[in-house]
Amino acid sequence: MIEVKDIEKSFGESKVLKGISTTFESGKTNLIIGRSGSGKTVMLKTLLGIHAPDAGTISFDGRIYGELTPDEKRALRTEIGMVFQGSALFDSMTVEQNVAFPLRMFTNKKTKDISTRVNEVLDRVNLKDANRKFPNEISGGMQKRVAIARAIVNNPKYLFCDEPNSGLDPETSIVIDELVQEITKEYNITTVINTHDMNSVLQIGEKIVFLKNGIKEWEGNNEEILETRNKSIVEFVYSSDLFKKVRESLLAEEEENHNHNHNNDKKA
Amino acid sequence: MIKALNQIGRYFLMLKEVFNKPTKWVVMKPLIFKEVDDLIVGSMGIVAFISFFIGGVVAIQTALNLTNPLIPKSLIAFATRQSVILEFAPTFISIIMAGRAGSYITSSIGTMRVTEQIDALEVMGVNSLNYLVFPKIIAFLLYPFVISISMFLGILGGWFAGVYGGFISNDEFIGGIQREFIPFHIFYAFFKTFLFGFILATVPSFHGFYMKGGALEVGKASTTAFVWTSVAVILVNYIITTLLLS
Ligand SMILES: Nc1ncnc2c1ncn2[C@@H]1O[C@H](COP(=O)(O)OP(=O)(O)OP(=O)(O)O)[C@@H](O)[C@H]1O
Ligand SMILES: [Mg+2]
Repeated sequence: MIEVKDIEKSFGESKVLKGISTTFESGKTNLIIGRSGSGKTVMLKTLLGIHAPDAGTISFDGRIYGELTPDEKRALRTEIGMVFQGSALFDSMTVEQNVAFPLRMFTNKKTKDISTRVNEVLDRVNLKDANRKFPNEISGGMQKRVAIARAIVNNPKYLFCDEPNSGLDPETSIVIDELVQEITKEYNITTVINTHDMNSVLQIGEKIVFLKNGIKEWEGNNEEILETRNKSIVEFVYSSDLFKKVRESLLAEEEENHNHNHNNDKKA
Repeated sequence: MIKALNQIGRYFLMLKEVFNKPTKWVVMKPLIFKEVDDLIVGSMGIVAFISFFIGGVVAIQTALNLTNPLIPKSLIAFATRQSVILEFAPTFISIIMAGRAGSYITSSIGTMRVTEQIDALEVMGVNSLNYLVFPKIIAFLLYPFVISISMFLGILGGWFAGVYGGFISNDEFIGGIQREFIPFHIFYAFFKTFLFGFILATVPSFHGFYMKGGALEVGKASTTAFVWTSVAVILVNYIITTLLLS
């Protein structure tokens, strides 16, 4: 469980986070949503300690990050898996070496066991035959999946994903969402995901924090989000192009089926 | 001025962090080999080329300036040896290396910074400074080896230009390079080489590691790193020379 209390973060003059408090429970997929530029990435990086908050505290199962010694911070970080928005793969290493990196660094596993585990997670993210390739030789979506594999390979207790399915096709997106939710449950991980993909919101949003202008505008789950009267949320949900298109195509499909049945009726 | 002092302070804090919390040896070993390959072996070609021809030019210049017949020809060889060993090999080559190895270091670390690879290391709990900079420092422990090859080739270049250019005979040259040999000069040359190696590994790393911005800034950081690395080499050269030779 991660508890966030009143965190604030500014860059120079601009205040990006203006006092945010919330709780991310373990075994749940927690989502941070909001428009582009609303501070999702900054929030995630502040949780991770990449940005030091100007005020407020973040506690990981009771361990308050700001009060840990550098060694304790490092130890905590080995329990964290992170998928960066731009993947952040090590470009001097192959796919296989990237995924193996946390294991080589922090475990005493044998090379053979490491390679077994690496192939296992690469399999789980649906990535085969890319082991020997370098990050610049694979597509953006494949890089994302490698990044996810690298984040989960060492069984983290906390998993952070910054837009894990941006740049993925819808099918793979769903696979990735399901995978993340599955391992979250399986290993009781505290998972925090940044997204503006309404598909993910509805599919895996067990807890949703909506950011707007640096404050927490709303929080709830994927059922509540469809029922809420909160104006900003309604705007956000229904401004989604995807949502509109899905709705349009559903309508079109219905129409087509209707005609089709009609024709069949005639034939019969 | 205050900004410069601030930077120098940060540089020394960085050095402290580099030696803090070492990376596992099994991970570190291949990194060191890779750096030796990129930074040391990869620089040998240009170093050899420059050393040989600079040595040659020094010999020719000295020969052309020796118009007084009372001065023995062997002085050409002596002057070549002195300038190559004392300055051209250690200092001049270090400036070349600030351009070659230095810009490579800054741009590779800087790229890792802008593509969040350094953040990724830190998030995993890796001491990224140790991981990135330490292997470069170790690789540069071989730098005196590079410089001794440079010294040898510089003198060889001088011999070649001197003898085949018809300025001096083979025997005179061999006699000249053995004249008034002072072992302390060798110590002086390698002592400063050692310090230059440390500067070459760390100053460009510093500029890459703490850069901000995007791809454009990586280029700017490389240029800045080259300037500051050269300045540091020249200043340290001056200080060491004052302390050890005068
Ligand atoms: N390192 C930084 N320095 C200065 N300003 C920053 C920095 N990082 C983010 N910001 C600012 O903070 C604000 C929020 O940015 P952030 O990257 O968190 O948005 P986001 O919600 O993740 O958007 P997106 O969905 O496009 O990824 C932006 O206005 C951005 O300009
Ligand atoms: Mg973002």
